[in-house]
Amino acid sequence: MSTVTAASANTTAGRQPRRTPFWSAVGTVAAREMTVKATSRPFIITTLILLAAALAATLLVPRLGDLFAGDAVRVAVVDQTAASVQGLGEDYAPQTLGSEDAAREAVRSGEADAAVVPDPGSPSGTSVLAMTDAPTDLVQALSTSPTVELLDPNAPNPLLRYLIAFGFGIVFFLAAVTFGQQIAVSVIEEKQSRIVEILLAAVPARAMMAGKVLGNAAMAILQVGLVAVGLLLGMQINGDVLPLDGLGVPILWFVVLFSIGFVMIAALYAAAASMVSRQEDIGSTSMPVMLMIMLPYFGVIFFNSNPEALRVMSWIPFSAPVAVPLRIFLQQGAWWEHIGSLAVLVVSTALAIWLAAVIYERSILRTGKALKWREALRG
Amino acid sequence: MIAVNGVNKSFGAAHVLQDVTFGIQPGLMTGFVGGNGAGKTTTMRILLGVLTPDSGRIEVDGAPITADYRAGIGYMPEERGLYPKMSVLDQLVHLGRLHDMSGAAAKTRALALLDRLGLGERAGSRLEELSLGNQQRAQIAAALVHDPVALVLDEPFSGLDPHAVDTTLQVLRETADTGVPVLFSSHQLDLVERLCDELVILADGRVRATGSRAELLAAHAEPEWELVTATDTGWVRDARGVEVLSFDGGHVRFRAVSDSAAHEVLADAVGRGTVHRFGPVTRTLHEIFTEVTR
Repeated sequence: MSTVTAASANTTAGRQPRRTPFWSAVGTVAAREMTVKATSRPFIITTLILLAAALAATLLVPRLGDLFAGDAVRVAVVDQTAASVQGLGEDYAPQTLGSEDAAREAVRSGEADAAVVPDPGSPSGTSVLAMTDAPTDLVQALSTSPTVELLDPNAPNPLLRYLIAFGFGIVFFLAAVTFGQQIAVSVIEEKQSRIVEILLAAVPARAMMAGKVLGNAAMAILQVGLVAVGLLLGMQINGDVLPLDGLGVPILWFVVLFSIGFVMIAALYAAAASMVSRQEDIGSTSMPVMLMIMLPYFGVIFFNSNPEALRVMSWIPFSAPVAVPLRIFLQQGAWWEHIGSLAVLVVSTALAIWLAAVIYERSILRTGKALKWREALRG
Repeated sequence: MIAVNGVNKSFGAAHVLQDVTFGIQPGLMTGFVGGNGAGKTTTMRILLGVLTPDSGRIEVDGAPITADYRAGIGYMPEERGLYPKMSVLDQLVHLGRLHDMSGAAAKTRALALLDRLGLGERAGSRLEELSLGNQQRAQIAAALVHDPVALVLDEPFSGLDPHAVDTTLQVLRETADTGVPVLFSSHQLDLVERLCDELVILADGRVRATGSRAELLAAHAEPEWELVTATDTGWVRDARGVEVLSFDGGHVRFRAVSDSAAHEVLADAVGRGTVHRFGPVTRTLHEIFTEVTR
């Protein structure tokens, strides 16, 4: 026995195992998450669809009108009205007929889409004939309009403002919810399959959680970045139709704020998932996180025309990633306000990570009934 | 030597470990035996640092265990688990890297282990595609991939077919022979009896006995003897210092106060006729276990 112990003192102390350094463990975990995601068919397909949608929205939609434009409108005219229609350009093909009755007959038989005939009773001196619908375009083309002078041509167009608020909002919301859910699934998968016990014997729980959050965040940012590049590229190509002016900077802010805000939400989702043991139970703990993302998101969409509401929302970490870029686009608020919102977001993200790490460490080995947030926090 | 020293652990009101103390010798296989809920899994989790004890310490060669040493332990938890959708080789490499190995070294080691465990051809298969027995082998490979400094295996043989039990046994024995302390728990007492050099018997969160099988027997059971002769053995009942436990014609089993008392019975028997068999009865681990945990 004593000889065994003597020999053993050698063997147990002779080899010096080393725990993987924290960040190296984080890197290994993150790399696995990214590989799993990058090789998953749903992720690849979603990315391609989003990219295609971004390009379609900027390249095709503005030209959609051209697709429906069709052939030139055939307009029957008589000698007296021929000149006025000829001056309207290529969209109208005038056919000069002998009489007003002939023109009327041409419209009735469908040979012409409309007819322009003299009418002494009309203020313009002409009448437009058509079968069922008034040819608005033609009427407008023939009318004379007063000159319009825009005093502030660069002021944001309300429709554009709504579209941008909606665009930022939907990208943030969708990415946060889908990636958040996927992080939750991957945390529960490890917990359910019990591999987590082997992993925790090798690396600290914090490294596990950090790797998972960072790996998934990197993939989400990559996906959103690709969509942003697609949008900017489309706008660049279509420069004459869609002005890129004033959107580039807000998009850059969005990407930065999104990246930070996403890490915060991902950490909270990981914590929520560590509290349950089965995939079916995830709703019970992730609902508060989901609400925290949803409320500010709808707030930004509904209150995008209210500068005061936007100002408040830019200071709330959950809505800042959408509210701040929108304010910058609308030229609301001073630069220090935006930097301040960013700082608040960074601090709350750090807090969320710390909180999530505490909860994750306490809950990840507990199986059975789902924990409540309060129980997990109390330890 | 790894020493578990006065470890206590409670979950709420349940005091699941009470002053648990035992040692795991390098180069030896230590069997960890106990009924369901005896506290084996909790003890192993505390050894690995997955759980913290309320009091007590784990020591390695007399010094408190370090995180670095713990990271070098090969662990197989009671509830099996690997990534179902990841290939066997990929997850072994991943686990190796989490244990501070380079990707290349982890791959070489993983492939060699899989070959050794008879899983070489399935290295590229996803875990969920393997049979349950093969998943168990993959699990054993996962515990060994980082060339561990010690092994802690919770029920490593449950779910294995006899063939796989033999392969696994050989691999574990080879690992122990390199001077690595091995602790494994099992319900299968006959298997533990065949394999382990040392035993730790746990019941209701307390260590009831430790030591080699012979030591346990000496400490916890009076020796019993068996005599088989061609003639009737009824006379043994009247021999001095002997208590007959069972008797059936030419076969008697008895307890003797000393070896010499037993030998006198033998001498007597030889005088009375042909002796077919005489000797101490080998008590099974099962009997020792029942006696110790009673």
